[in-house]
Amino acid sequence: MSIDQQTRDHEAHPAVSGEGIGARVRRKEDARHLMGRGRFAGDIRMPGMSDVAFLRSPVAHARILAVTKPQGHEGEVFTSADCADVADIITRSTIPGYKLSAHPPLARDKVRFVGDIVAMAYAPTRAEAEDLCEATLFDYEELPAIVDCDSGRAPGAALLHEAWGDNLFLETSFDSGGIEEVARTAAVKVEKRFRTGRQCMHPMEGKGLVAWWDFQNDTLVVNTSTQVPHMIRAGLAETLGLPEAQIRIAPPDVGGGFGYKCLLQPEEVLVAWLAMTLKRPFRWIEDRREHLTAGANAREHEYVITAYADARGKLLALDAEVAVNVGAYSVWPFTACLEAAQAGGNLPGPYIWPHYRCKTYSVATNKPPFAPYRGVARPGVCFAMELTIDAVAAAVGREAVDVRAENLVPAAAMPYLNITKKFYDSGDYPASLATAREMIGFDAIRARQKMGEMDGRRIGVGFSTYTEQSAHGTKVFASWGTPLVPGYEQATIRLNPDGSADVKAGIHTIGQGLETTLAQVASEILTLPIAQIRVTLGDTATTPFSTGAYASRGMVMAGGAVSKAAQKLAEKVKALAAHLMQCAADQVRFEGGAIHGPTGSISFAEIARAWYRTPEVLPDGVDTGGLEVTEGYKPDVDTGLFSYATHAALVAVDVKTGATEILDYVVVEDCGRMVNPMIVEGQAYGGVAQGVGTALFEESTYDSEGQPLASTLVDYLLPGPTELPKVRIAHTETLSPFSAHGIKGVGEGGAIAPAGAIVNAINDALKDIGATLCEIPATPERVLAALSEARRANNGRSAA
Amino acid sequence: MKPAAFDLTLATSLDQVLSVLAGEGAKPVSGGCSLGPMLNLRLARPAALVDLRRVGELRTLEGSAAHLDIGAGWTHAEIEDGVVPDVTGGLMRRVAHGIAYRAVRNRGTIGGSIAHADPAADWISTMTVLDATLLIRGRSGTRACAMADFMLAAYTTTLGADEIITAVRVPVLSAGAKTGYHKVCRKTGEFAQAIGAVVVDAGRGLARVVAGAVEAPPLVLAGAGERLKAGDMAGARAAAHEEIEAALAGHPEAFRALHQVAVDRAFSDAGLA
Repeated sequence: MSIDQQTRDHEAHPAVSGEGIGARVRRKEDARHLMGRGRFAGDIRMPGMSDVAFLRSPVAHARILAVTKPQGHEGEVFTSADCADVADIITRSTIPGYKLSAHPPLARDKVRFVGDIVAMAYAPTRAEAEDLCEATLFDYEELPAIVDCDSGRAPGAALLHEAWGDNLFLETSFDSGGIEEVARTAAVKVEKRFRTGRQCMHPMEGKGLVAWWDFQNDTLVVNTSTQVPHMIRAGLAETLGLPEAQIRIAPPDVGGGFGYKCLLQPEEVLVAWLAMTLKRPFRWIEDRREHLTAGANAREHEYVITAYADARGKLLALDAEVAVNVGAYSVWPFTACLEAAQAGGNLPGPYIWPHYRCKTYSVATNKPPFAPYRGVARPGVCFAMELTIDAVAAAVGREAVDVRAENLVPAAAMPYLNITKKFYDSGDYPASLATAREMIGFDAIRARQKMGEMDGRRIGVGFSTYTEQSAHGTKVFASWGTPLVPGYEQATIRLNPDGSADVKAGIHTIGQGLETTLAQVASEILTLPIAQIRVTLGDTATTPFSTGAYASRGMVMAGGAVSKAAQKLAEKVKALAAHLMQCAADQVRFEGGAIHGPTGSISFAEIARAWYRTPEVLPDGVDTGGLEVTEGYKPDVDTGLFSYATHAALVAVDVKTGATEILDYVVVEDCGRMVNPMIVEGQAYGGVAQGVGTALFEESTYDSEGQPLASTLVDYLLPGPTELPKVRIAHTETLSPFSAHGIKGVGEGGAIAPAGAIVNAINDALKDIGATLCEIPATPERVLAALSEARRANNGRSAA
Repeated sequence: MKPAAFDLTLATSLDQVLSVLAGEGAKPVSGGCSLGPMLNLRLARPAALVDLRRVGELRTLEGSAAHLDIGAGWTHAEIEDGVVPDVTGGLMRRVAHGIAYRAVRNRGTIGGSIAHADPAADWISTMTVLDATLLIRGRSGTRACAMADFMLAAYTTTLGADEIITAVRVPVLSAGAKTGYHKVCRKTGEFAQAIGAVVVDAGRGLARVVAGAVEAPPLVLAGAGERLKAGDMAGARAAAHEEIEAALAGHPEAFRALHQVAVDRAFSDAGLA
């Protein structure tokens, strides 16, 4: 079967009719964005609106001695003393041993990272507000800064939160037993250390909000760029002491989230407090410098991994230690330990081995509070695991792609409960690897490597296979102890008097196309064209509760809820149609946006007209709920649906400059039923772009005092179009048996695998020299350092 | 990230520019590609800015058989597109094409870039290898300054606070001239980590090799230039390596190696085997 044939399995899923599930329709939201007519936080103008700026700590760790406001501007500058009615951000967790951090939105007593907020000022313009911040004096006594996990865990280390007695938010251990026995007898032992650089998430639109007081409804209105409006409402209620009924979160267009906007941020609390207190509109728009310093909050892990295998490379046991550089405080609501929990739990990924031991350390440091970035721990875990697989293969002298295939969970084992009790619901992992191997042209690459390159570069090929736990459910979040556990996702659907439909869901659109895909789900049930289905998202005043858009849950959860609500609406419509057409309800079917009975057909508009405008034609005993339905949904399993993919990269490494170019990149992915394959592909492209950044470019570097060194985009490199490969994608669709329509989540996956595939490819290119990289980003400096280390080792060997 | 307040003059003549620059703390701004971010970060805090973009005298092109005086206000994009005639056999258009991104090239000017004297900027090394001359105007008149004498250190030049570069005098290369340019950078559009540039023009008796982006004024590799003039390509490369080793002895080995690679590749780019 050719790749093209594999990309869509038409026989399993008969031709898509209309615009329902599976249709490659264009996105409804694109028209306004392509025309520059989106409405983002920065586009909002209100009469009398002031701009807010923050004075941020210039040092990583210090005791606050005094904050002195500029004379004559005492009323426009605020310190923690001015907002004593704002509660600290405290994220409670039910996990035993978890230590709480109290994050005052305006620093009190101490500052704990460069960028911690010391004072807030407002003025008619941002420049004038910055002038006020500049004129505010910050006196402090500097304390030793904790920058990395090792120094944070060292005895006698300076303490971020003195009451703790150490710098550990949490320490966990998992032990399946049997490691010692395997260690004694295994043919192969491979020990590796891996590090992943700290990153910023860099949504195209940074954080930002406008907050104002709505006198008509006596309500605080917050137009905040967020993924999780209903959670922000709860968070603001807790920190501001307002009832939730008096808070409306009405998020504008959101230009990317990636996890950065799934948190209650101190700036959000403070700007909302200003609006609540002064009853005027205030705005804050994060700038890139703020993002690069105060927002450097993701990805920094350290791994020590010992793998045991048989002489063929079959894994027997894995012993791991994972340290996460969590930063100064816990974010709300995802805690400071989500990352470590995901790291320990997801390290086994798509592989089988019988014995597993893993310790995790969530270390508090003087860096910005860690947040869950697209993939949440799994890009690091996948990088560490995929390099371990290649190292095991090297140790047994076999091709890594073969060793990888033999260690994957086989299709016949599905559904499969793995060693950390992840329930892999469906799929054929080895098949995705085999397809990727074929698509990247593995055998041809091996032949080409023997010939050498005309330009003197070295080429290499690498693979990376992962599982993506999507739409983690109630039990998963409950086990992580987070303060807001998602339950049933709800959606509302209403047939309007003219036969058009409104869909409302509390999840928000952040660029992932939900205005289109949720309409497609409703269209699948009702057969109405998506142009007649208006999707409204996120606004807490108009949509049912949702914990929001994160964890690759949107399509599974909100899609499932819309499907269920639409089916309920369909039953009501059919009952009315049966009455009007004088037939039985089960003789009524929908097709082409119309309602068909045995002897004729009527339109949705006619049904709606009967309910809203000519109710005299309705039967006695009619369903009084009308043509509006709110339904809740969660999948049949609570443990998440597991999407999966294999990525393969072909790279060329210039051993003179250390530069890596990606020559070819292949994604073979399976996210169950694709609601809109074009959007699935867009998610893969975007995810791979971010993963290339993780693999080769992006790093928030710090000096030993905790000063961020990459505070502009000159020093923090993002990949641009010329650095990105043309990604070739193949799809398979293994429907989940446990979710509506067999859908699995797909939002994060693209970002998980690239570092593993790309660095494995670099190491493959350099294997003759004996150079190996174990740290990302794989910058030219790191490549050159690995090369010179290998040359030194080679010289040592030849001298001996 | 908004600038502190400053006075802005939108000048329309050089005389007006010079009278503003006579004031305390005044600076000229052209494309603003470097100054703009520095203003926003409040790293630069001039009391007054004078905008040069409307000054017609900085947009002239005057030439002879020997050289072309390119007004300082021409943009990288205009050079890239050939709106400014390229008298260097394609070198200047190629270099311009590789500067940052098109959005930057649309604003940034050749004079502004040279005056800013970022060691990693392309025109600094290019004009050094071409042995160009800067025409500089102050209130006391006009002076000419060889590019090799202009830059004293990173971001430091002989340009007085009340002076302005009006034009860059570029030699007209012969038809048979060979030019090569290579820069090593992390990604498209980034400032260079290392630059190699080479020009050999027998007709003009010009043979120069430059290593740029050395955190200081570009290195003119004189020994390599002499070998090049003598037609000894292998010798020229070897000399370049030695001169880089010696001149950059205080830098890490990898830094020196990168500049040697850049010069090697500039030779290859020029077709000098």
